[in-house]
Amino acid sequence: MSRLIVRNGRLLDPSQDLDLEAGQAELLIEDGRIATLATGGDAIPTDGAEVVDAEGAWIAPGLIDVHTHLREPGQEYKEDLASGGTAAVAGGFTQVACMANTDPVNDDPSVTKYILDRAEKESPAKVRVIAAATRGLRGEVMTEMMALREAGAVAFSDDGAVIMDSGVMRRVLEYSKMADAPVIVHAEDCTLRGGGVVNEGPVATRLGLPGNPAAAEEIMVARDVRLASLTGAHVHVAHVSTAGAVHMIRKAREAGIRVTAEVTPHHLTLTDEATMGFDTNTRVAPPLRSRTDVDALRAALADGVIDVIATDHAPHASHEKEVEFTEAPPGMIGLETAVAVCLELVREGTLSPLELVRRLSTEGARILGLEGGSLREGAPGDVALIDPGREWTYDPAQGFSKSRNSPWSGETFTGRVKATIVDGRLVYDFDRGVLIR
Amino acid sequence: MIGRDILGIEDLSREDIETILETAERMQEIGNREVKKVPTLRGRTHINLFFEPSTRTQTSFEIAGKRLAADVVNFSVSSSSVTKKETLLDTAKTLDAMDPDVVVVRHKVAGVPHRLAEVLEAPVINAGDGAHEHPSQALLDMLTVREQKGRIEGLTVTIIGDIAHSRVARSNIYGFRKLGAEVRVAGPPTMLPAEIEQLGVKAYTNLREAIEGADVVMALRIQMERLEGACFPSVREYAATFGLDRARLRYAKEDAIVMHPGPVNRGVELAHELADHRPSVILDQVRNGVALRMALLYLVAGRGGR
Amino acid sequence: MTPPAAPGEAPERVHAEDPAHALPPESGGTERSGRRSGRVVLDDEAIRRALKRIAHEIVESADGTDHLYLVAIPNGGVPLGRLLVDNLESLTGARPPLGILDTTLYRDDLSTRGSRPLLRRTEMPSSVDGRVVVLVEDVVNTGRTIRAGMDALMDFGRPSHVRVVALVDRGHRELPIKIDYVGKNIPTQPGDKVVFRAPLSAEGEPAVADQDGDGPTRVGTLELSVLEADGEEGGGR
Repeated sequence: MSRLIVRNGRLLDPSQDLDLEAGQAELLIEDGRIATLATGGDAIPTDGAEVVDAEGAWIAPGLIDVHTHLREPGQEYKEDLASGGTAAVAGGFTQVACMANTDPVNDDPSVTKYILDRAEKESPAKVRVIAAATRGLRGEVMTEMMALREAGAVAFSDDGAVIMDSGVMRRVLEYSKMADAPVIVHAEDCTLRGGGVVNEGPVATRLGLPGNPAAAEEIMVARDVRLASLTGAHVHVAHVSTAGAVHMIRKAREAGIRVTAEVTPHHLTLTDEATMGFDTNTRVAPPLRSRTDVDALRAALADGVIDVIATDHAPHASHEKEVEFTEAPPGMIGLETAVAVCLELVREGTLSPLELVRRLSTEGARILGLEGGSLREGAPGDVALIDPGREWTYDPAQGFSKSRNSPWSGETFTGRVKATIVDGRLVYDFDRGVLIR
Repeated sequence: MIGRDILGIEDLSREDIETILETAERMQEIGNREVKKVPTLRGRTHINLFFEPSTRTQTSFEIAGKRLAADVVNFSVSSSSVTKKETLLDTAKTLDAMDPDVVVVRHKVAGVPHRLAEVLEAPVINAGDGAHEHPSQALLDMLTVREQKGRIEGLTVTIIGDIAHSRVARSNIYGFRKLGAEVRVAGPPTMLPAEIEQLGVKAYTNLREAIEGADVVMALRIQMERLEGACFPSVREYAATFGLDRARLRYAKEDAIVMHPGPVNRGVELAHELADHRPSVILDQVRNGVALRMALLYLVAGRGGR
Repeated sequence: MTPPAAPGEAPERVHAEDPAHALPPESGGTERSGRRSGRVVLDDEAIRRALKRIAHEIVESADGTDHLYLVAIPNGGVPLGRLLVDNLESLTGARPPLGILDTTLYRDDLSTRGSRPLLRRTEMPSSVDGRVVVLVEDVVNTGRTIRAGMDALMDFGRPSHVRVVALVDRGHRELPIKIDYVGKNIPTQPGDKVVFRAPLSAEGEPAVADQDGDGPTRVGTLELSVLEADGEEGGGR
């Protein structure tokens, strides 16, 4: 029996609304599951267990990222399950869900099984699979959702592409109810977006780059919310970026429609001003938006209209990014910086530490129907230790992801993940500077 | 200013612009000499790196460099870095290894000169990047207006055309405003960019209102591909709504001048009669272009000034 | 040091080494924070007398004055050139043309400087071919400016002769340049500054020599100032 004790930290468990000062709680993980959560200052007898001393850091359930691109199979030069999984645990994520825009596209049970088998061997984080909603991501014919579910897929999405045909989208949603899985939508009207690469507005005008109007997102969110209402399916809106979309999601919630939503760390903290200077690492889809949009996203996150923070970790090789702005593929990596970036929201009072953890962990589990996001007895032994005061400087070249496309290269942050435990094993410790297998 | 990149008018101060214009005025005289050459940049390497073909601007820069006795080298690269499979970074590093003293860059995507400037030791002059900026054009436009009107402060300048996709428009907006002119832009709504008023200009979709009382009327070239069916239904309608002819010009001031960055689509932006005779100063613009580019090269060429 | 301007006179301004018109500050061509003690070496009177004498010398040594072409090097040479042309006209009845030739673009020290000097106006109303070109400069020191002037002249054509007028010769030649007509030889240290101050018009150009045909009220003064601090002499003359 393997035993691991975590002690001496501020325990945050959103699933039980627990926020206990350092020293007030201890965790015992046995054989990969949480065996005891001792509160009130009781110490768990060590008895030869491995002890992890949080040293005052937060003790949180392992973080869960519901939106990542791990690029395997087919684009392993950007990232693979090993490097992506390692980057994940370095960011405190014990579970990550990966999107289907691989090569070949994950629209077949064989690809799903391949990914899950490989991840089992190669990835220190647990990988969950999001399969394609339509064959080849072409937006025409739906995939074999039942077979994909059986193979292990937890959700469906054409992210990387958009289902423009509303008839197809409707049928996809209807069918997904039987498969009992959410459909994650990349909401963007391509015909309105056109060649837009930055948020349409004064910044795009000054830069002389084609603009992508907020309306392109708002129109599709409106459509998908209506279709969710029509079908009763669970629609999860990926990477919300506009105040308009937030407004519609709020109204949908009030009307009882099954819509959930996610937002990325970069959309919460960067505006389109970050694009001045033409750094292609700020080119992302949907684009960075205006101050007004960022404020609306923060408020929505605080009051729960946006349920979860997801990184949309999108690795691209340097040679792909070091080109003209309009030629560069959109996307940035984010697994290793998510916590550090989002701690700003705690520092300025938008979220309490417990709420931040809820949005980075518990809610993700709920939306994808996963175990985890909790420190209850019986929950998986996944823990993230977060030191909110730790100063560090981010150098993507020193990171675990194979790619370096981050706008925060060289940035000094206050706060980061200190250690990560998956199924009761300590797989990552920042100070030891190495990954422990 | 040696070693300084000239990437856009947005980054130039009023003083910088005045210095450049005054220097250009001195350079004009050289074009009137028998021997149109001075030894100032002798032995310096001036590279023209044009990713987008452009006879006028490239030739203008080439003549400017040669009049200053520089060694001018023309690189015409006809494709994007993706097609060539060479990143911008590699292009820049390769160039830098040749020790140029100044690199003039044109590209159809905004921001390329900036990325190159980050890597190159030599100063980079932006000869036009996408819809972003075309500083030497705006500067020669300002030079021409100063020559014709004696000043820029207090004048009203109207720019007509596809403002949304025009780097010439943007650079001129920044430049003329910095020197104290009032700037107006005019065109169909589909060609006016989002929130253009934030740049300090008034936007019009009515030509008459736009040029009422203007001292300078600048017509921009319409790109036919963009026009047909996309932003505007037809050339005929554009000419009828925004084309300039003598009749329409009467709404402007009596001594108003007409400008165009060239080449002119006759009968579209400008009627035939306006393209060739006063009050059009198009050929003055071209002539001033060489002097202006000589001024830029004189002021910034040279490594190690950073 | 500088006398107040008399009524009706253009205000006194330094132009030979004036920061707004000559060399940018970092070249060292302007007055710095070092203590200066200066004295006037040639006042207005003396300058006029010298120019009268030089005009005589030119007439004597030239083979007729029909082919003369005075070319002044801005800024200092310009008012001097204008006065010389007046003097030559009174002596011979013929008025030789006066050109203005900025030598900045021909300087040999442009690459060693921090920034490019501002350019001045060049106006060459006549052709130099076959002419006796007389370069007019206020202060000649190292000789490099005259050398640059000759290079420039060659690009304009082929003078039959080139002669040099200098109001002041400081004598620290670095090139084999000789002055044909000099106003005064002044021994100096390399660190000294010799400044020609002349009135400027409203546009900042050297004042027009002919005002009511009598010439300006003042041509200017030639001052020697000795810089006590580490005075860097920029732009060798």
